[in-house]
Amino acid sequence: MKVGLFIPCYIDQFYPQVGIATLELLEKLGCEAEYPPGQTCCGQPMANTGCERDAIATYHHFIDTFQAYDHIVTPSGSCTYHVRKHYDIIEQTEAVKKVRSGVLDLSEFLHDVLKVSSLDSRFPHRVGLHQSCHGLRGLRLGSGTERVVEPNSKLEALLRLVDGIELVELSRPDECCGFGGTFAINQPDISVKMGKSRIADHESKGVEVLTAGDMSCLMHLEGIIRRQKKNIRVKHIAEILNGAPL
Amino acid sequence: MKQHADKAADFLRNEARADWHDEALWFVRAKRDKATHGVPEWETLRELASGIKEHTLSNLDGYLEQFEANARQNGVYVHWASNAAEHNSIVHGILIAHEVKRLVKSKSMLTEECGLNEYLAEHGIEVVDTDLGERIIQLKGEPPSHIVMPAIHLKKEEVGELFHEKLQTEQGASDPKYLTEAARQHLRKKFLAAQAALTGVNFAIAQTGGVVVCTNEGNADMGVHLAPLQIHSMGIEKVIPRAEHLGVFTRLLARSATGQPITIYTSHYHRPKAGGEMHIVIVDNGRSAQLGRQGYRNALKCIRCGACMNTCPIYRRSGGHSYGYTIPGPIGSILTPGISLERYSNLPFASTLCGSCSDVCPVKINIHEQLYNWRQDIAKAGHLPVAKKQGMRWAGLVLARPKWYGAFGKLARWAIRRLPRFMLYNSLNLWGKGRDLPEPPEQSFKEWYHKNRIKK
Ligand code: SF4
Repeated sequence: MKVGLFIPCYIDQFYPQVGIATLELLEKLGCEAEYPPGQTCCGQPMANTGCERDAIATYHHFIDTFQAYDHIVTPSGSCTYHVRKHYDIIEQTEAVKKVRSGVLDLSEFLHDVLKVSSLDSRFPHRVGLHQSCHGLRGLRLGSGTERVVEPNSKLEALLRLVDGIELVELSRPDECCGFGGTFAINQPDISVKMGKSRIADHESKGVEVLTAGDMSCLMHLEGIIRRQKKNIRVKHIAEILNGAPL
Repeated sequence: MKQHADKAADFLRNEARADWHDEALWFVRAKRDKATHGVPEWETLRELASGIKEHTLSNLDGYLEQFEANARQNGVYVHWASNAAEHNSIVHGILIAHEVKRLVKSKSMLTEECGLNEYLAEHGIEVVDTDLGERIIQLKGEPPSHIVMPAIHLKKEEVGELFHEKLQTEQGASDPKYLTEAARQHLRKKFLAAQAALTGVNFAIAQTGGVVVCTNEGNADMGVHLAPLQIHSMGIEKVIPRAEHLGVFTRLLARSATGQPITIYTSHYHRPKAGGEMHIVIVDNGRSAQLGRQGYRNALKCIRCGACMNTCPIYRRSGGHSYGYTIPGPIGSILTPGISLERYSNLPFASTLCGSCSDVCPVKINIHEQLYNWRQDIAKAGHLPVAKKQGMRWAGLVLARPKWYGAFGKLARWAIRRLPRFMLYNSLNLWGKGRDLPEPPEQSFKEWYHKNRIKK
């Protein structure tokens, strides 16, 4: 299957290993993944700050870059959600409609499209799953604790395919980490405080590796972990599913 | 005026206290989860409640008139107030006509919104809030910090101190039972002396002309039954069409608010008691403007359960007073910009858009989507700080141009790698306040891909 690979701007710049893991994983699973070189960003930073209009050129650029693909896969629930939900302010041409319905978060693609039922990877560590909000409540990658529905989590189901992994149960399994895009900079005190609370929860459960479907949450949490010299590592779910060593 | 971010920073200065506040509210959220997960049809109930409100809001004029006609039929005086000032003067007028000097009050965020207490105090009328939390903050001279638990920001030791000073309880006593009993004795006297009772309204039933008040302490009943004159103040959005709809809401309300299956009292007031008089004041105060606001009107579905506050990770870690309005938290942040876009322009940004509020909301208000939309409207109206506005304009330019983007990214990575720590971490770097920057790699993914996948 041919897919277009979207590597969000901050992953491209700061976490290339996540992009590499995503690509390798897709290739292992038999996909022909292409990375269109002109890509930049989905436009979310501007839009979430209220400046949707400043994002329009970026939206169009995204559409132009990816309109050739039926599936556009990205290791980010948040960017996926943004394209699907908020690209409604530009004219809904065939290309726009195609891109909006074709964009998929990596976990969603593995779980729903490829229906992956086994993985050749091993990760013998205590892992805490942070359920990034846009993936959880925006894309419904899991049930969440608020709604009264059958409990489920696509990310958890995928992680359980990894040999040796030990998933821990958290006290607050789906509380926000406090990143929130430009919120992290506009309200730094509360953003950091929220992150500290999340880390404390993972720490108290003996988590060695904190994972998530969104690297942005992990970038924020890792920043706090490093500042506080905590003994927890962060890894994007793509890295674990791809069998990265710790 | 201090912004939410600054007030949150103040609140967080005492970290242990902030943690205590967070835990206290999380406890209520967890109780709510337990209670709702015991109702398999919970999601259906939410859908139904949202639908009933949707329908009512679309036919609000008709239902309000029907309500008025039926209430009058029952012998109730009905008044209409277009704003807070009118509400206050109507209530004042009723009190003057009955020569009332002492009023007891229960369960009314609306009168808080209208500033009734201060208004009546200026006119020489004693107003006593009779619900424990409300009484505490009234004695303390503070606004509520939560719509269901108005004194949730205070510790029991602080309440003990306050009661010692105001109600002469023993110094140092902080046993909640003891303090509650002291408040009860104090309030009993106030109830007996009151000449009128005023309550808020949870639901007004168009079909019957009656109003319903949900309470745990029973003070609405106590006040109404003892005083000859009863007044009920309600916002126009409180009306529901028929009595049979009430069950949908009462099942949702208490579970969402406190995790109880139902409030201890669900009081129905239809007509004045023998020899008494009953008044209902129907208040707009900006609500019909909200109704006409495309994309925002369903904020009027709110049944004031407070669940969105309890679940909000920002509310829990900044406290109700950081919002600067009677109704704080997520629902407050979507109601306030409608009151003053300029004054409250920072509140829709006091959110990570995590969406938990929308998922707990028993009437399915799309709170986080409205927060997003308000941000757009605020930016359009020119209320964004200049730095933010310019920053986003530049980001927009860079991110639409692959070459600029590539060059900019390279520069940023180089800077983080090479610049000395003092240049990276200073007061200009708000990210660095409590967080390290990522360790930038030598090459971006794009560069790696070119080397490893593009055949030369
Ligand atoms: S917005 Fe929803 S959750 Fe918040 S107080 Fe109103 S009804 Fe409750």
